[in-house]
Amino acid sequence: MDAAALERPRKVIPGGREPTPIDPAEVTRRAFLRRIVGGAAVASLGVVGGSTAAIADEGHGEEDEHDTGGQSQRVRRWAMVIDLRRCDGCVEIEAPPQCTQFCNWGRFVPEGQEWVVVVQQPHDDPVGAPPHTMPIPCFHCENAPCVNVCPVGATFHSVEGTVLIDQERCIGCRLCIAACPYSRRFFNWGEPAQPDWVKESAYNVRTQTPALRGTVMKCDFCTDLLEVGGLPMCARGCPWGALYFGDLEEDVATNGREVVKLSAFIHETGAFRYKEELGTEPRVWYVPGSGEQVPRTHHREFMREHLEWPWREWASDDRVPEGSPPMEGDHVEAGGGHD
Amino acid sequence: MTEVDVAEQEPGIRGGSLSLTERTDRMHATILAPLRRTGPGYVAMMVALFAVFVWGVYAWTVQIRHGLAVTGLSDPIPWGFYITNFVFWIGVSHAGTFISAVLRVSSVGWRTPVVRMAEFMTIAALLMGAWMPIVDLGRPDRLLNVLNYGRFQSAIVWDLLAITTYLTGSLIYLYLPLIPDVALARDELDPHRHRLRHRLYSILAVGWHGNEEQWRRLARGIRIMCVLIIGVMVSVHTVVSWIFGMTLRAGWHSTIFGPYFVVGAIWSGLAAVLVGMAVFRRAFHMKEVITKRHFVRVANLLLVAGLVYMYLTFNEYLTIAYKLEPQDRSLLDAIFSGEFAPLFWTYFLGGMVVPMLLLALPWTRNVPGIVTASILVNVGMWIKRFVITVPSLAVPQIPVQWASYAPTWIEVSIIAATFAGFALLVGLMAKVMPLVPMWELEEQMRVGAE
Repeated sequence: MDAAALERPRKVIPGGREPTPIDPAEVTRRAFLRRIVGGAAVASLGVVGGSTAAIADEGHGEEDEHDTGGQSQRVRRWAMVIDLRRCDGCVEIEAPPQCTQFCNWGRFVPEGQEWVVVVQQPHDDPVGAPPHTMPIPCFHCENAPCVNVCPVGATFHSVEGTVLIDQERCIGCRLCIAACPYSRRFFNWGEPAQPDWVKESAYNVRTQTPALRGTVMKCDFCTDLLEVGGLPMCARGCPWGALYFGDLEEDVATNGREVVKLSAFIHETGAFRYKEELGTEPRVWYVPGSGEQVPRTHHREFMREHLEWPWREWASDDRVPEGSPPMEGDHVEAGGGHD
Repeated sequence: MTEVDVAEQEPGIRGGSLSLTERTDRMHATILAPLRRTGPGYVAMMVALFAVFVWGVYAWTVQIRHGLAVTGLSDPIPWGFYITNFVFWIGVSHAGTFISAVLRVSSVGWRTPVVRMAEFMTIAALLMGAWMPIVDLGRPDRLLNVLNYGRFQSAIVWDLLAITTYLTGSLIYLYLPLIPDVALARDELDPHRHRLRHRLYSILAVGWHGNEEQWRRLARGIRIMCVLIIGVMVSVHTVVSWIFGMTLRAGWHSTIFGPYFVVGAIWSGLAAVLVGMAVFRRAFHMKEVITKRHFVRVANLLLVAGLVYMYLTFNEYLTIAYKLEPQDRSLLDAIFSGEFAPLFWTYFLGGMVVPMLLLALPWTRNVPGIVTASILVNVGMWIKRFVITVPSLAVPQIPVQWASYAPTWIEVSIIAATFAGFALLVGLMAKVMPLVPMWELEEQMRVGAE
């Protein structure tokens, strides 16, 4: 990790100031991917192994066909590592947590939901750790309580190991919300506000768009982005590169700036999984820390209340952003005229 | 011997001077009277209940139009009044079968005038209970997905199976002992004055003429059903408790939840039956058939269920309070001294201690005392179910703020509708069917006379 990058945090304040020149919001997807360290990440994550079909699972009774035309038959096993040494909850950049913000904007998260939430740990967790901030996405548990309790198989494991929700099957009983020990599931209580063009798009189980009333939603690991070599929105948003995504099968992970050997990184840093004792087998590891690797000048009130959901304005605005939403960076500019 | 024992020893209609035949006729007349005449009071009551029910259904349509956003529920507390009410009604539904089947299996004579109204209450309570999860669904339009895609791993599917089995079983179990009574009603009612009813009873009596073979088969059917239904009854509330017990939530993550819920159901269910007995006794002038003796006997059962429930409650809280894991600690703080303390202590004192004193002390062990205790038990158990459901959800599982929950008028209206709907259904059933199994009572009167 080069120090220069750390000293130039990307400030992205929706509805606030102009994006800085290095803001990824201004960077197109191609350029963004080029910027990923030496293109190595693109090379390692970009190999897509028939993952369009990989969405199927036993719960849906569809046969998974890996027709890769002689290519590798290996299936991705997506995983995430969160380096808490580099997480300061974004208080240092005077902005709401950028992982949450990028997720909300890039995934059209309905108002009120925070698929990835940044919390302040009030006490040592794990024991001995200094107080820290901690982003919590869905952990895509291998022994997922939510998957176990679903009466209709609407929430299921994809063959890539991610836990997805079929909102077209979900009956909205919310037993999964009660069962999730990490409170990472959300319900569309009313009609979810999203831009019109998202609402009108064809349903996609991977991106959970459009959001449907009376169904459950959560972080989906942005596998649609991962499989084309991009990083999930939260990792893109993190100004310090604290979020790594990778593949357990290929044993590699990247935060977009550096590439690490996943198993070695987990082992050497003593990474842990949240509430590991529950036996849920999360696919998200935490490198213990409290933001010590990022410059600290001052402490400020934790900035949660500034989170913005632009969809109400977008929905009333008939504007259709160009291109496919999650891949374009224009969501930040769109928020520029928010005030 | 006390007044209860001496004066009310004999089954059915009392009166030493009357012959058995006269007493039997009077018993028939008393029990069939509600079927013959309908007073203005009954009609007014039914209309009022129907109005409340319709209002609740209207509230439901509002909820269907606008989604569950009209409720006070939120992501941190996704279940509230509806699930509380679901557990409550499934609980009430236990008593009918408990009284009827358990007492029949153990050949307890005094059960007879009480069993059928208890069975009516079982059916009505089950229907109201089964309505609640549907109201609670975000997508009630996809209810059939549970059949199309049902996964046997999910406690909700177990629940669906258990409740539908119990409803079916209860209907059969209600119907079998009803056959001779319906036949009697068919024979006693004037076919010209009550044409519709006469036809209904003729169909329901399925050609009953009371010959030996018919009696033999009936006895056998009842015997099989009353053993089967006890098992199903236990399974139902156990499975309801497992919806909670199969999660990792503080307060729900408990191994005694199955028996805890079953005993709680019997406790609140018996209390509901006692309230029902008091209402029917008054409304249908059955003081001669349902006597103080019956109240005292059921109250004794109620007291036993209450003692067991209190023991389990103590057991449940002590074992987690002793170890005091962080989440359990915040849950117990909230329940015993925090946000939910007023509710918990209202339940504990008003719904547990006071009713048990009323039931146990000799000078309050009379009809008014028992009925007061029963009402308190039911109010208390509704609150208790709320204290089971909501605080466990409110405990933060990750370091975030506590959430709170306040029901809206929609939820309150739908809850009110279930109470009105329950009373309405029981009232209608009692109007159409003989409220007391006359043939069983007659049998007992004959044995008593010999």
